[in-house]
Amino acid sequence: MSATTDHSPDNGWTALATLEIASGEKTLPASRCLQIYRLMARARALEECMIKMSKSGQGYFWIGGPGEEAFNTCLGLLVKKGCGPAYDYLHLHYRNSATLIAMGMPLLDGIRQMAMRVTDPHSRGRNFAGHYACHPWNVIPVTSVIEVQYVMAPGTALMQKRHEGGNGITIVVGGDAGTAEGDFASCMIWSSRPGNELPVLMIVTNNGYGISTCASSQHAEHAMIERGKPFGIPGEVVDGNDPIQSWHALLRGMDYCRQKRRPYMIEAHVSRLHGHSSSSGALRIKTEPDCLTLFGAQLVAAGVLDERECEEIQNRAAAEAAAALEKALSEPNPTVEDIRRHVYAPSTVDVVYPDDYTGLPS
Amino acid sequence: MATMVQAVRMALHYGETYLGVTDIFGEDVGPPLGGVFTATQGLKTAWNSPLDERGIVGMAMGIAYAGGRPVAEIQFCDYGFNTIDLLKVAGNQHWAGNGHYNLPMVLMTPSGSGIRGSLYHSHSFESWASRLAGWKVVMPSTPLDAYGLMLSAIVDPNPVMVLLPKALLRVRGEQKLPGEPEDEEELKARIDAPVGDRSNWQPRWPDLKPYYVPIGEATLCRAGDAATVCSYGRTLPLCVQAADQIREETGQGCDVLDLRSIFPYDWKTLSQSVQKTGRLLVVNEDTEVTNFGEHLLRRVIDEHFYDLLVKPRLLMGRHVPGIGLNQVYEQNTVPQLPLIKETLRALIAEPA
Repeated sequence: MSATTDHSPDNGWTALATLEIASGEKTLPASRCLQIYRLMARARALEECMIKMSKSGQGYFWIGGPGEEAFNTCLGLLVKKGCGPAYDYLHLHYRNSATLIAMGMPLLDGIRQMAMRVTDPHSRGRNFAGHYACHPWNVIPVTSVIEVQYVMAPGTALMQKRHEGGNGITIVVGGDAGTAEGDFASCMIWSSRPGNELPVLMIVTNNGYGISTCASSQHAEHAMIERGKPFGIPGEVVDGNDPIQSWHALLRGMDYCRQKRRPYMIEAHVSRLHGHSSSSGALRIKTEPDCLTLFGAQLVAAGVLDERECEEIQNRAAAEAAAALEKALSEPNPTVEDIRRHVYAPSTVDVVYPDDYTGLPS
Repeated sequence: MATMVQAVRMALHYGETYLGVTDIFGEDVGPPLGGVFTATQGLKTAWNSPLDERGIVGMAMGIAYAGGRPVAEIQFCDYGFNTIDLLKVAGNQHWAGNGHYNLPMVLMTPSGSGIRGSLYHSHSFESWASRLAGWKVVMPSTPLDAYGLMLSAIVDPNPVMVLLPKALLRVRGEQKLPGEPEDEEELKARIDAPVGDRSNWQPRWPDLKPYYVPIGEATLCRAGDAATVCSYGRTLPLCVQAADQIREETGQGCDVLDLRSIFPYDWKTLSQSVQKTGRLLVVNEDTEVTNFGEHLLRRVIDEHFYDLLVKPRLLMGRHVPGIGLNQVYEQNTVPQLPLIKETLRALIAEPA
């Protein structure tokens, strides 16, 4: 890593505006890197806050994506955000908080879900942390069921391919262990039907584990993306701890899907910094690389930030999370009436439940 | 009169022409076959899918998320068991996502016995389906109801499963569909694909009119005070026959309810009939352990214990791993007319 433009402290913002930060042959503007770093710090603060909540009793089960912030933040920034087939659809899994934060989700909304408040906009206090649903941004409800999102993705992509003049794509994200499910193969088959290829960006975030089981003990394939070859699905492996490399890999994948209206695959190697979930203790794994620390050091070395500024960014993020926690905890729990709310959408042809579920038929 | 499978086909044509159906798909659903039961011949939005039931359900969900209106087919419900978690997810999307997403998808699948289908073409699915909260589940027993329930399933903004009784798919109805030609030969010539080369064939659809059977509304097929018989699907016409024969033999008539909607079911009609007769027989052919009919019986006992004159009856399929091909197996595994009639007669005759 290196700075390709001279940046001295007295150049101030002018220098920052022209500075390019490099990783290998790829670069990103320093201002973009700062934006990514700040978002990564906020995503990390959210995860750490939720982990504490799982231990303090302010929440129950925690699962999330500390260690995936670099890749997931870039994904969120690059998404064509909006509602309907002209925009990108996101079939995420439960480690994508950084993606939502980069798209504009306040930390408060993630904490509301962890705190199970009725104000949780994603699931009304019903679902686990990181199980987002956001119709205005085409975020399909996240489920705990591994890999089911891969069989739904071709459906949204089909509607996008038909959408006249549109270049929206479908992005589906899952872990490496989930690729063992048949749904991963289904996604490849349905996205590559001859003459009916679909703009699906298949992303595998490979953290090397399925819960407690090491991937190398279960998977003989050298790389997950090799499975795409027989289907004519190109792909690449990227260091998901490197935001600059991740940014460009995502750009290549998205551009391919947008332009060619065909599927593409990215396998991002990421860390898992707090284990699978709170069920495994959520203790910090110190042997795995930390993308936030690494990127911070890169920006310091490039003169974009100094160490004190890095610390300030992280402190501000932690303070934001703490304030969000205080706010979320002051908000109401769901009521008993909420149990039945939103079971059904209103229907003109249902004489028992014209508006919503009301209990057993009466 | 149209057969049930012709009625389904005409409903799908009406759906894709007037109700916004964007995709009718599944295994062998598109040309040249148009469905193994011919339910999808000649439809402009019908297409063939890979032989992948999970992919079919997932595709339907994706289309529905993105604003389409899919009708997906699982070729036989017997092959839908590997989709059960996806069906559960489909049913919870509106609820789990805080009302963010509607999922206006229809899943149709032939269900039940009666075609000598052996182990894997004879399963029933309604008891499984009734446990999928967030879904609506309907099952017609006449062509007109198949037409009307399919149209309702299409316009309902929630996931709706249309279970088609395999044994009744080729049975003609007694009531005309709105817009159906008078002559059944004319109908056949218009909408049934020819055997053999179909490459130049185009259907000539009749000028069909809308007809909606409300979801959650049963229909009273026969009226009487002697007992209440509640059924749906393949066993419904058998219950009607049994009730007719007993009326002829004894002069005693029964209420025979065609439930039509498994969920939400028409509790009001069932409840009123039980209060009137005090005697209840529920008949279906799903297996007998945790059968949907047991739920109906539980509610009747809970809410009408003191209205019942005698113990209620429930006829179901036997709890065995499948229906064997030899007809000794099939005839004695799921309820048939003689058993239904015998049970109904005993129900009516039992002293209060």
